[in-house]
Amino acid sequence: MTTPAARTAAPTAPSTARGGPDLLLAAAVIAVAAALVHAVYFTPTEAVQGPAQKIFYLHVSSAIVALYLGFGLLALTSAVYLWLREERVDRMAESAAEVGLVFMSVVLLTGPIWAKPIWGTWWTWDARLTLTLFTWLIVLGYLTLRNAIEDRAQRARYSAVLGILAGLLVPFIHLSTTMFRTLHPQPILLKPSAPSMPHEMVMSWMYAQGAFVLLFVALLRARYRYGEERDRLRALRGEEV
Amino acid sequence: MSFLGTAWLVARKDLLIEFRTRSAFFAAIVFALLAVVIFHFAWDPTTVTALDLAPGVLWVIFTFSGLLGLHRSFGVEEADRAIDGLLAAPIGREALFAGKAVANLVFVGAVQLVTIPAVALFYDLPLLGGAMLPGLAAVAALATIGLVAVGTLFSAMTVNTRLAELLLPMLALPFFVPIVIPAALSTARLLAGRPLGEIRGYLEMLAAFDLVFVTACTLAFPYTLEE
Repeated sequence: MTTPAARTAAPTAPSTARGGPDLLLAAAVIAVAAALVHAVYFTPTEAVQGPAQKIFYLHVSSAIVALYLGFGLLALTSAVYLWLREERVDRMAESAAEVGLVFMSVVLLTGPIWAKPIWGTWWTWDARLTLTLFTWLIVLGYLTLRNAIEDRAQRARYSAVLGILAGLLVPFIHLSTTMFRTLHPQPILLKPSAPSMPHEMVMSWMYAQGAFVLLFVALLRARYRYGEERDRLRALRGEEV
Repeated sequence: MSFLGTAWLVARKDLLIEFRTRSAFFAAIVFALLAVVIFHFAWDPTTVTALDLAPGVLWVIFTFSGLLGLHRSFGVEEADRAIDGLLAAPIGREALFAGKAVANLVFVGAVQLVTIPAVALFYDLPLLGGAMLPGLAAVAALATIGLVAVGTLFSAMTVNTRLAELLLPMLALPFFVPIVIPAALSTARLLAGRPLGEIRGYLEMLAAFDLVFVTACTLAFPYTLEE
């Protein structure tokens, strides 16, 4: 196995430079910090809810990133994988799932923190919260399924099927907020008519949203690179990738 | 062989196996009846009326007993690698899926046919009046189609993985939630004597879910079987 020829032949390496700090991630973290400082200190406080409302900038930004970017990308890469059968697409799906899960966890943690002073309870089983929680569980299931299958091609295929189905489920989640009268605030941003918030708050949200999107992209790239390295290492060791 | 003919053949095979052994069906019925009894004792009848409890009990039982049957759906093909015989046969994959799904539909439907009267009996539900029975039938039919479509696909996917018995409920239950919510809410409305018109929105949502997921699962099924 370790013939002189094999030892001296260099393993093919991806062409992207690997050394040095992740500047994109650093920039993203700074952007998020700046946006949140702007939201807390430089944005007017909402009249009815008081300072607790400011978690909106963190909560809604994460939710939009998690649901529409994270899970959207998961569903898209799952569909593209079944079409192209390209290993890199499957790796992107895996990365999108993990990073999306992190942002969704932020949503599920910040929501109750806001809810306790405003609603008086940490959690309620209304439709949107329940289905959001179950989306989180679906992605957890996706990652568990990936862990449970050892054959790489089968794992990629099955994950892709689950990813597509999970993506199809998300519209039913959004539908539930408009169909069922619930305790959760009705959409004030992503709805057919104009946002019903004062201009300064909309701007603060847009800064926060932009920063979170940047953070998502940076984390996605970092996670994808980790996946690449991991798979390369396994291939070099002769293990099943 | 036509699509429907093939599907019917596959469904008939599964149903015949089940009819002759009756193992999973009896297990599901017994589970359902025991669950009805336990749910009854788990709540204080002076604080929660049977009418409030019944929709939830019904749908929890249908979901979990459905999972019992769904696991068996592809579980039976594991013995002697019977699945290879099915795959080698000149039948379309979609027809195979349709056949399995129809067999599961009959299975879950049969469990429901036993469970609903049992729940009505134990919880003293006024089932025989007005729009209740047709309404319940419509809700149960629409909801079960969705349950079975998603469950059959996941059964195929999880049957030969590690932790298959844990993975099937773990994957399927989140997809069951958009079915169970409108189903339980409609059932509650119907049992409270509300007219059918009030549950139209829920029925539409169930129908939309069924359309999307029956199509998606049928199309996705061949990808779970490639060798």
